[in-house]
Formats: sequence, C-alpha cells, structure tokens
Amino acid sequence: MNKFAKLLMGAAIAGLSATASFAADNIKIAFIDPLSGPFAATGKQGLAQYEFAANELVNKKGGVLGGANFEIVAFDNKISPKESLIQLQVAIDQGIRFIAQGNSSGVANALTDAIKKHNRRNPDKRVIFLNYSAVDPALTNDKCNFWHFRFDANADIKMDALTDIIKKNEGIKKVYLIGQDYSFGKAVAAAAVKMLGAKRPDIEIVGNELHPIGKVKDFTPYARKIIASGADAMITGNWGADMVGLGKSVISAGFKKPIYTYYAASDGITKTFGSDGEGVLKLVGEGQLNPPPNDRADAYVKAFKAKNPDTDIGQPRIANVIEMLARAIEDAGTADDMVKVATALEGMEHDSIWGTKVKIRESDHQAIQNVHILAHTKNDIAHDFDNSGFGLKVESTVDMASAESPTTCKMKRPE
Amino acid sequence: MSLFIVNILDGLVTGLLLFMLCSGLTLIFSMMGVLNFAHASFYMLGAYFAYQISTYVGFWPGLIIAPVIVGVLGALIERYGLRRVHQYGHVPELIFTFGLALLIEEVVQFLWGKSQKAYEEPAILDFTAFSIAGNAFPAYKVFMIFVAIGIFLVLLYILTKTRVGMIIQAALTYPNTVQNLGHNVPLVFMGVFGVGTAMAGVAGVIAGPVLGTFPGMAFLLGSIVFVTIVVGGLGSLWGALLASLLIGWLQTFAASYNVRMEDILVALGMEKPVDLASSALRDLWTLTLPQIGPILPYLLMVLILIVRPQGLLGKRET
Repeated sequence: MNKFAKLLMGAAIAGLSATASFAADNIKIAFIDPLSGPFAATGKQGLAQYEFAANELVNKKGGVLGGANFEIVAFDNKISPKESLIQLQVAIDQGIRFIAQGNSSGVANALTDAIKKHNRRNPDKRVIFLNYSAVDPALTNDKCNFWHFRFDANADIKMDALTDIIKKNEGIKKVYLIGQDYSFGKAVAAAAVKMLGAKRPDIEIVGNELHPIGKVKDFTPYARKIIASGADAMITGNWGADMVGLGKSVISAGFKKPIYTYYAASDGITKTFGSDGEGVLKLVGEGQLNPPPNDRADAYVKAFKAKNPDTDIGQPRIANVIEMLARAIEDAGTADDMVKVATALEGMEHDSIWGTKVKIRESDHQAIQNVHILAHTKNDIAHDFDNSGFGLKVESTVDMASAESPTTCKMKRPE
Repeated sequence: MSLFIVNILDGLVTGLLLFMLCSGLTLIFSMMGVLNFAHASFYMLGAYFAYQISTYVGFWPGLIIAPVIVGVLGALIERYGLRRVHQYGHVPELIFTFGLALLIEEVVQFLWGKSQKAYEEPAILDFTAFSIAGNAFPAYKVFMIFVAIGIFLVLLYILTKTRVGMIIQAALTYPNTVQNLGHNVPLVFMGVFGVGTAMAGVAGVIAGPVLGTFPGMAFLLGSIVFVTIVVGGLGSLWGALLASLLIGWLQTFAASYNVRMEDILVALGMEKPVDLASSALRDLWTLTLPQIGPILPYLLMVLILIVRPQGLLGKRET
C-alpha cells in the first residue's frame, strides 16, 4: 500500500468515526414492524406517528439529557417472527437500545423472549422493548419480563371495559361472539364468555364461533345466522378485510344492534363503512380524539394531519410511548443504563396528551389508562379517519380500566 | 325454514357471481389449453376501474365502461403477450399468466394503495328488497341475480344460435380444421379471451361493493374458479352454471349450519374422550362444519376427478 492510499484510508476512517460520534448524540429507537406486504398500511401508519411524536414532543422541545434528539430507525419485519429476530439483531448491532414493535402478538412473543435472553447475556448492551400494540394478555402475565413494557390496553382489559358497559345496558340479553380462527380470536371469545358470565349471568351467548382467517369470500351466511339467533349485540376481534367483510354483510342483512369491535377504524375501514356503520359500529380502545380532550391534543392531531394528510392517528398511545420514554430517560439521567431507564419507567404516572392518566404497573409493566367505547359516527367529529368525515367519538369511558386486575407475572428484576 | 330459503337465495347470488367468472375462464381454458392464472386478477381490475370511474361519474357508467376497458386490456394481452409465448408450449404460457397475476396485484397496490377502497353500491339500489324473518335481502343482490342471468342468456344465445358461436364451438374441438376452412382462429382466440376477461370484469364491478375492493380480492377467488370449471366440465357453459350454483350453495350451507363433528362421531358410535385436551384426535372432535366449509369445493373436485374426469357436463377428458 503506498503512502497516498494509506493517507486516504486514514482520512476515510477518521471521517467515519466522526459521523459515528456525531450520530451517537441521537437516541435511536428501532421501529420493527411490517413496512411491506399485506399489513404495510398499518406499519407505515405507526411509523408516521412515531416520527411525528419524536419530533413534536421531544426534539422540538430541545430533546432529552440537555440536547439529545430522538431518532426513529425503521426496520421491515414483514410481520414474520423470524424476520423480526434478524432485524432485532441488526438494530442491536447498530447500537440501538430501544425497540418499538406492535403489530402481531406472535412477533411480540418472539421479541420479548429474544430480548430477555440478550439482556441476560450482554449486561452492558441491554435493550428495552416498547410494545405499543400487541395485546396478547400472556405478554404481561406468564411471559412477562423486566424489559417489556406494554402501552396499549391488553385484550383482557379491553374486554373487561367492554363488559362493564354491557353490564349496564339492560337491553342486551343475547350476545353473539364471532372471530378469526387463531390465538387472538380465541382469546377474545374466551374472555367474553368468562367476563359476561361473571358480570351478567342472565346474558345468553347465542353464538360463539370462529371462521377461517382471511379465507372467507362472503360473510353473508354468517350474517344470516347472527340475525336468526336474535342477538342484541355482537362482539368480534376481527381486523382488516375480515372486519370489513363481516361488518358490511351483517349490516346489509338488517342487523341494527351494536357491533362491538377492537379494530374497525382507519386504514380505509372507516371510509368503507361510511354511513352504514353509523349507530351500529362501536370500538373499544384507548385514546380520545373526539371530542378533543384538550387544546394540546387538538393542535397535535391538526399538526399531524397537516404533515401526513393521507394517514391518521390510529394509535394515539404512540404519543404516550414517546413522552414516557423521554421522561424515563430524564429521570434516569442516562440513555445507556437500561436498568435505570426501565426502573424509572415502571410505576411511572403520566398525564397523557389524550386527557387520561397512564400508569405503568410495577407488577407486570402493563399500562393502566382510561379505556373508551368509541362510536363510529360523523356527528361532532373534529378529527375524522380516512378523510371521510366519519370518525370515532367517545361514547362511554371506564376510568383506569382493570387497575386492580390480577396478573400471574412474577417480575424478576436484575440484581 | 325461513333461514333455509334465505340461504338458497344467498347461495344463488354467490353461485351466479362465480358463474360470471367461470364462464369466460372455461371457454379460454378449453379453447387455448391455457390455465389462465390471471383470470381473477381481471376480476379485481374490473372492481378497481369501476371504483375509480364511480368517483367521477357514478356507478352506472362504470358498469359499462370498466368491463370494456378490462376486455380490451385482456385482448391486447392475448395478442401481444400470450400469443408470442404460445409457440413455446404450455409451460411458458402457464408461467406467463402466473407472472401476470402477480404483476396486476402489485400494480393495483401501487396505484390504489393497500387499504380497502370505499366502493359503494348505487344509492338507488341501497334499500331492502324484502325480509324473511328479520333477515334483510338487499335490492342490490336482486340486481346481481338479474345481471348474471341476463349475461348467461346472452352468452347462451351467441354460442348456440349465431354464426360466431358456431365457429367458437368448432374451434373448441377442431381448431386446425376450422383454420383450414378459412376462418381466422387467432382472431377468434383473441375475441374469446377479450370477452372472457370482460366477463370477469363485470363480475368485479358488481361484486366489488358487496365483497369488498382490496388487493387480496383476486387471491381469495383465484383457486375456487379453477375448481368450478373442472367440476363443471371444460368448455361447457351449462356445466359452468351448474358447478357454480352447486359450489355457491355448498359454501353457503356449510357456513350456515353449525353441524359439529362431535355429534357426527357420537352418532357413529364413537365415544368422546374424557380428557379432550390431551387426546390426539382433539382437533377432529372440535371441528364444526363452518370451519371445514372452505375445503368442501376442493373435496368435491377430487371426487369428480375420480368418478367423472370430464366434469359434470364436459365432453372430453381434462
């Protein structure tokens, strides 16, 4: 190697390390979710919300620890657990210490196990798992660990809130349960049977069935059965095309009673239901957009829409994730010692932009917050979905839902 | 009983919709020997084109314009794509149509995005035609039935009573002889392919508002149309109709009645395991008819291929 080449290489290495040290000022959050394939729409929506929240809620206010900015680094996992583990490794190798993921509990289960193992083996390079959407109850029960934090209400909490509302509605005597034939659909049905049985033993479950996931061409025969059963309400955990197909068939078959859902909004679903869903479609979830809980939330949604006119704030909790992480890093005084950050995060009580308190339970790292029954409507909608004029309006609220619910989690904290 | 009547009507709608897809495919398959994997993709294109047109000028112009565009597109693909690949034999043709199906799906996602489109039935048909014991039957479905029957009658007339139909029928079985008699067989092929894809387009236009307009809609129907034409018999219009209705009713009734495997097994004299969770046959015992409904048409196809390989009304072996 001649002198000139050596010089050049030296300069190149110096340049590289210079950019590396410059980038290290940013606190990176790996966003591991589907950005291609059938679920890309949901993944991209989440990414847009993360990027906006990081900018708006942290960077514009001067960052954390006296000037460090949040930076979202996107990784496409194609909603495959296997792919996610590869992307997790890539993220860790890049020095990223915060992992955000939400779509599919299957992926979350794989990630939480992998992160638990990684943190045990690499105490100097530990990472924290910010689960913002995967709602399988097991993640904060049998499979819980110190590094996993769930910011969404889990499937049991949502069902608890939903059955609290149904309990008060004397008009509901018969309930029909229908869902997709896989772990989540079964979990919803099992929770509904258990909780309805406990709170309203007089309610008759007139149907409890699972249909093949993503394979039903026409839901009309199911709709006929639901009508024929004389149900006063219907509960489903369906999402995507299965939600639209089922909902539209049931409504056009003449069902005028409430359809309680988990995921019947945004990503084109709100627009597709349009006026057909008015007065029928209800959604149980966190995050109040309509009526806007305060001026700050109102301005936040408006600014988001100005920047992303084709997407919605379909997952309001993402703002909580970013704000609470920023607070935890400030409280811990470090973004490198994950034990300190995780300790600051657990037990944290936070006044959310969405007008609720959010408390991370120490016992299982499940966020406890207000859970709403939201109605699909076009009346009093300040912030619509899919630019359709229709949106979700808070109909009733369960304050700090399931705050005292039991958990089987035996949290092991690092020494 | 009332549920039974409703199911008969629903199955009729499903079956007739399937027929509109299959009638084109069965002609194309038997004439050109091409298993057109992209057929359901033309159905999807019909729905998306009609959706786009409906946002400008409403539903009704879309019902006419969208299938025409799809048909012309199909004819062009036959003329400049399939015909060139044809000389290399059936395998390249098969791969060509398979690639085409993937391509169309990607293009649709690229142009219209991945989420569901709000393609609605026209307001004039957005009412309940009649109700049977609380079960509403939308006027739009009545309209679907009439469109499908109308198309069947027109096709039947063209194929059996007109000169064009006779040439097509002859070209189905003896393409070389027909060519030697001075008829332009490649043109007939192009025409059949164009009309076949246009029919798929019509099906897409009228099914889009009911079954949803989303990028997975072609994939959902893709395999069932092949099953239908094999069951019905290749090249047979009556066969396609019979098989479509049969499969329509099969699927509707399978999804409507919660017959449990448990009841059947007990009736057969078997004893239910006390500890079901640890039994090896747990899945078999907990099965219900709606769960196995989607595989019934495939089961039917296997049965038909064993018992009557030429299909219900087919004249030659598949």
